[in-house]
Amino acid sequence: MNAIEIKKLTKKYKDVTAVDGLELSVRQGELFALLGVNGAGKTTTIKMLSCLTSPTSGEALLGGKSIVSQPGEVKRIIGVSPQETAVAPNLTVMENLKLMCGVHGLSKEETRARAQALCEEFELGEVVKRKAGKLSGGWQRRLSIAMALTGDPEILFLDEPTLGLDVIARSELWDTVRALKGKKTIILTTHYMEEAEELSDRVGIMRGGKLLALGTAEELKALAGKEKFEDAFVAIVKGEGK
Amino acid sequence: MLNFSSRTAKEILRDPVNLGFGLGFPVVLILLLSAIQANVPVSVFQIDSLAPGMTVFGLSFMTLFAATLIAKDRESALLQRLYTTPLTAADFIFGYTLPLLPIVLCQAAVCFVTAFFLGLEVTVNVLWSVLMIIPASVFFIALGLLCGSVLSVKQVGGICGALLTNLTAWLSGIWFDLELVGGAFKKAAELLPFCHAVRVEQAAYAGSFADIWPDLAWVIAYAAAAVIFSVLAFLHQMKHQ
Ligand SMILES: Nc1ncnc2c1ncn2[C@@H]1O[C@H](COP(=O)(O)OP(=O)(O)OP(=O)(O)O)[C@@H](O)[C@H]1O
Ligand SMILES: [Mg+2]
Repeated sequence: MNAIEIKKLTKKYKDVTAVDGLELSVRQGELFALLGVNGAGKTTTIKMLSCLTSPTSGEALLGGKSIVSQPGEVKRIIGVSPQETAVAPNLTVMENLKLMCGVHGLSKEETRARAQALCEEFELGEVVKRKAGKLSGGWQRRLSIAMALTGDPEILFLDEPTLGLDVIARSELWDTVRALKGKKTIILTTHYMEEAEELSDRVGIMRGGKLLALGTAEELKALAGKEKFEDAFVAIVKGEGK
Repeated sequence: MLNFSSRTAKEILRDPVNLGFGLGFPVVLILLLSAIQANVPVSVFQIDSLAPGMTVFGLSFMTLFAATLIAKDRESALLQRLYTTPLTAADFIFGYTLPLLPIVLCQAAVCFVTAFFLGLEVTVNVLWSVLMIIPASVFFIALGLLCGSVLSVKQVGGICGALLTNLTAWLSGIWFDLELVGGAFKKAAELLPFCHAVRVEQAAYAGSFADIWPDLAWVIAYAAAAVIFSVLAFLHQMKHQ
């Protein structure tokens, strides 16, 4: 079964169509990168899939559950790291993790174990007692992603997870994401082409709310007739593909 | 939900500015106005009417706390994240508002304890006064939920931080007898809940429970309206991310 089935998903705001008849399926355990220039509709797509905004029309099934008619069920199996780092500023790193565990209905023991495990996985040890609001942007982002994993989701949405991270932090985060590969279905958006090429199984390129191209990084390079993935992206978005 | 409520309490209580304003300011005002009263006697500053009045003034800070926290959570996208979890609308609404009730009761208690030192008679009615702050606090907390749902952090600072605290102060009859100004000002003040909330507190302290009712009705009506509008506003922003 596909983890995600998107059918004619559309979102219109007053005068803009942010997402326009999107059709896409993502396999279980696949890491799918959603690319596109600013305003292409990536975040809006993620917001609809994570039941934050309801679609104007169309439908999507996550783990067989409908985002339109079964949002409660969908919310149980997803984890979201929003584009903006979303942490509780006056809580410590550990308290933030525990808050999210509690929100997902974990018991006290489970909460302790899960929060501890995530701290280790994301190497948050040295900042664990600091208030989240006082951390640097990179640390906040790491925490933000760890928080998305507290509910042990089947499907994980990462909206620009490495925005504002330094080179080292980014490569470490890539390792973390790689370690999740295969275990979780991941939808990732990014403006870093090498990130998409490095991590993803398949890439989708959006423009004006529509999916322009879909395939592995290799396939897209061949499609555009370019050596480098970044050049292929530019060619496809500008409509110069062969 | 327990989890989320305790987070609300932590966010509010860990902010030293909040503590300073919420608990410190009413206490400082009680001390200051009593000192004035000692030199230039004014009936509204008599401790038995001042202290109950100050508990109501302190409530305007609860609106500010709730509204600030919610508006910040909306702007920082923390709420967006939480909306993608199994928490329900009721979890959010209670999680933001219930933790303020114990803070309100503490604040009222602190006002009265300060007043005891200034010679307020210790009677069992003080307990009634502290309890009777609840209807008014529902109004002020709901107003916080409402403002936090529709305003930005900056607007909350202006509207709840400056406008509401001043309205509460001027129109409640704590600072001066409304009769002294009279006219349209008094009429407006009588239509708003602030002076009624103060009279409920003063009557409860004085033990004149027969006099409470018309004022309490005003407060309850405003509280009910605030609850309805604030819940609607919260649900609306939740739906239109
Ligand atoms: N709440 C909203 N109200 C009105 N228009 C919106 C809203 N949210 C997004 N849009 C519009 O929808 C379009 C798609 O926005 P979206 O945020 O999905 O783009 P994106 O691909 O995530 O861009 P970026 O790379 O900058 O994050 C944009 O034109 C944007 O202005
Ligand atoms: Mg975006």
